[in-house]
Amino acid sequence: MSDESKVRVEDKLQYNRYLVDPGKPHIAVAPHETPSRNLQAMTTICPAGCYTNNATGQVEVVADGCMECGTCRILLEPSGEITWTYPRGGYGVLFKFG
Amino acid sequence: MIERFDAIVIGAGMAGNAAAFTLASRGLSVLQLERGEYPGAKNVQGAILYANMLEKIIPDFREDAPLERHIVEQRFWFMTERAHTGMQYRSEEFNEEKPNRYTIIRSQFDRWFSKKAQEKGAILLTETTALELVQDAYGKVIGVRTDRAGGTIMADVVVLAEGVNGLLGTRAGLRKTPKPDQVALAVKEMHFIAPEVIEQRFNIQGDEGVVIEAAGAVSEGMAGMGFLYTNKESVSIGIGCIVSDFAESGKSPYQLLEKFKMHPSIRPLLEGSEVKEYAAHLIPEGGFKAVPQLFGDGWVVVGDAAQLNNAVHREGSNLAMTSGRLAAEAIFQVRSRREPMTAENLSLYEKMINDSFVMKDLKKYKDMPALLHTQSQNLFLTYPQLVSTAMENFLRVDGVPKIDKERATVSAMKAKRGWTGLVGDAVRVARAWR
Repeated sequence: MSDESKVRVEDKLQYNRYLVDPGKPHIAVAPHETPSRNLQAMTTICPAGCYTNNATGQVEVVADGCMECGTCRILLEPSGEITWTYPRGGYGVLFKFG
Repeated sequence: MIERFDAIVIGAGMAGNAAAFTLASRGLSVLQLERGEYPGAKNVQGAILYANMLEKIIPDFREDAPLERHIVEQRFWFMTERAHTGMQYRSEEFNEEKPNRYTIIRSQFDRWFSKKAQEKGAILLTETTALELVQDAYGKVIGVRTDRAGGTIMADVVVLAEGVNGLLGTRAGLRKTPKPDQVALAVKEMHFIAPEVIEQRFNIQGDEGVVIEAAGAVSEGMAGMGFLYTNKESVSIGIGCIVSDFAESGKSPYQLLEKFKMHPSIRPLLEGSEVKEYAAHLIPEGGFKAVPQLFGDGWVVVGDAAQLNNAVHREGSNLAMTSGRLAAEAIFQVRSRREPMTAENLSLYEKMINDSFVMKDLKKYKDMPALLHTQSQNLFLTYPQLVSTAMENFLRVDGVPKIDKERATVSAMKAKRGWTGLVGDAVRVARAWR
């Protein structure tokens, strides 16, 4: 697939309703030097595109567009590479249709 | 706020609402906790509702439940990049007075179902996240701590209807976090289209609906499926694949969905639609072997949290509803005997669910998840391509003698899998299906 035909996740997330809890992210990546295979995979498989590599190669998360699917929790919470919890009651994604 | 209840139900999805409704109907005091702004705010499903399992809870649900379309036709498509080979079943028998299956929109349906539970007396607390189970010195669950001020609430029993990402049960060590090969990640979009256009495109009228399940090249070799369901004035389209396959391939779920939408067999069905939501959710796919311990001192677990999902038949919400209902009935029976909510007494729930279709169906397909996973390249890429080649050989008229075409079809199969491979695959599928 060429880059031109690729869709941007931001264009999809704009349809959704969120109530972001400022300053209280519900996912955090543990400090690391080199990301594991699964952690690196999150940069492409997260359905909300929350995970990206920073300039020095570590993986970072910005969970504002998170749909709380839990894929990263399944892959990374047992090893302690991330902490994953629910947003505070009422916050996070609010599906209009689901 | 009353600080003690007969039962606390965690979650207001299918399983939680079924449990809260049944418990409240039997006269128990019930508190239901929901972390979303409203029931359904965090829930995602295709979605198909199976009437029989809801009738057992609310027999006259058709009177006011928000139903979209009743399904009269099911299409199974085996996909290659540019073609699909279809199997289709449509019957006038599905146009019955009390239809068997409906499409629904979960956030609307869950609000309705929750309202029914509240009418029976269940108390719903939304925007409230349950943080942890409260246990006594012996490990018995005696309540729940929430993120509200002074938010510890006590109960005789806690029903964990907390969904596939249920944190309470896993944090308390009552069950393990599902493994990456036991869950599928599904992404889905809601495409709005005028009802009369939907009816023309899908050859239906009135409230009739169509389901398309698509397997093959759309999952790019991962174990997974695409789906398209007709709602009243929208179409739900999505695709889901096993999480471990996503992790190994690094494929992007939304690019996969985009490609599925652009498939020449799908694209015309969505023409001119307006997208109003993009959702993602996990689906339990581990089957019988992934079902955890279902009960303990002061607790039971139901629905997706207990991995109760039939991956082969694409049934989940009905297993959720049934498990919620049975757990509630077991709790009611224990209470009626004036006995405590011990693991021994609550084992009645396990007995009831083992005797029901829920565990019988899961047991029947217990080897299917492993087969789909280990054979995903063959089942999702090789065979759809072989079938497609056979169909094209059969249908294209180009002056090549038919006997040569048949030979080409047979030798293509032999070349791809070999005779032993073909026989072995057939035996493996038959065994897992048995």
